[in-house]
Amino acid sequence: MKNDALFEYCLRLGDTSLILSQRLGEWCGHGPILEEDIALTNISLDLLGQARSFLTYAGETEGKGRNEDDLAFFRDEREFRNFLLAEQPNGDFGVTLLRQFLICTQQYFLYQELSNSKDSSLSALAARSFKETTYHLRHCSGWVQRLATGTEESRQRMLDALDSLWRYTGDMFDTDELEKGLIKSGIAPDTDLIRKKWDTRVREVFSEASLSIPENVFQITGSRQGRHTEHLGHLLAEMQVVPRSYPGAVW
Amino acid sequence: MNSTEWPLWEVFTQKKSGLPFEHAGCIHAPDKEMALLNARDVYSRRNEATCLWVVPSGAIVSSTPDDMGSFFEPANDKIYRHPNFYKTPGANFD
Repeated sequence: MKNDALFEYCLRLGDTSLILSQRLGEWCGHGPILEEDIALTNISLDLLGQARSFLTYAGETEGKGRNEDDLAFFRDEREFRNFLLAEQPNGDFGVTLLRQFLICTQQYFLYQELSNSKDSSLSALAARSFKETTYHLRHCSGWVQRLATGTEESRQRMLDALDSLWRYTGDMFDTDELEKGLIKSGIAPDTDLIRKKWDTRVREVFSEASLSIPENVFQITGSRQGRHTEHLGHLLAEMQVVPRSYPGAVW
Repeated sequence: MNSTEWPLWEVFTQKKSGLPFEHAGCIHAPDKEMALLNARDVYSRRNEATCLWVVPSGAIVSSTPDDMGSFFEPANDKIYRHPNFYKTPGANFD
């Protein structure tokens, strides 16, 4: 039972990194400027590294012989546990950067706390991921402020991005019985604590960017149960098509 | 230069503490912070450096091809300027 919960928890961690990595990878060759193209794909690769570690560990925990590839390429939409926010389409550069900032801030505090986990594998993976996430957060916080205080157009795009993405932020802090159990046994960090830290940091960055937190926005949740928005299926089709068409292919 | 293009910066990387900074290349960035981050992503994402400098390209003062004769040639025919008679570690005057 404990292993089932840990398996599920690792999927939640790994899937968010995997799906966000795939989204950022879509920018490859399309960045607004060469330097930013490299920056986004660089973050994408870091996230892919995190996903590989968490999914590998998930497979080991499950004990059914599934490896990182089996989990990434041979599960269907309803079996994915990534945040709804991670699967949202790239939109314009502002949407991508705001999405990155909102998730990155969550990951930053999550990894910081998770590095004290009683599960030594999780704590080691979290400590390693924390360093690169610190860098990602610096990158995207700066962009949120630059775009929001830049030109009239860049500001409007940030306001639009905020309007379209805010409804998915609550999903990141949706806690179920399984997670509560892991929190109790010291394996997972307290979601409420992470939410508080996330909230404070987002407010700080927003206040420097003259953005305000949207009020009374209905929050769409469901990632914990595998209920996703219509975008994940299309993303998975693209991500999984090669291994599914040629199972076991190597090159 | 296109007026919407970001300013150009020269990037210098230091492989490890104590070694000289070496010119790595250049990047575009709108401000200092972004220049540093872009330099990191473009020139040191694979662990190539332990410290970075970014300098606005306009701040670099360079000698010109016209200076070549007066700057560098006089040293060629004055053997007494080259300490060939001593063994100096790490130097090569051939």
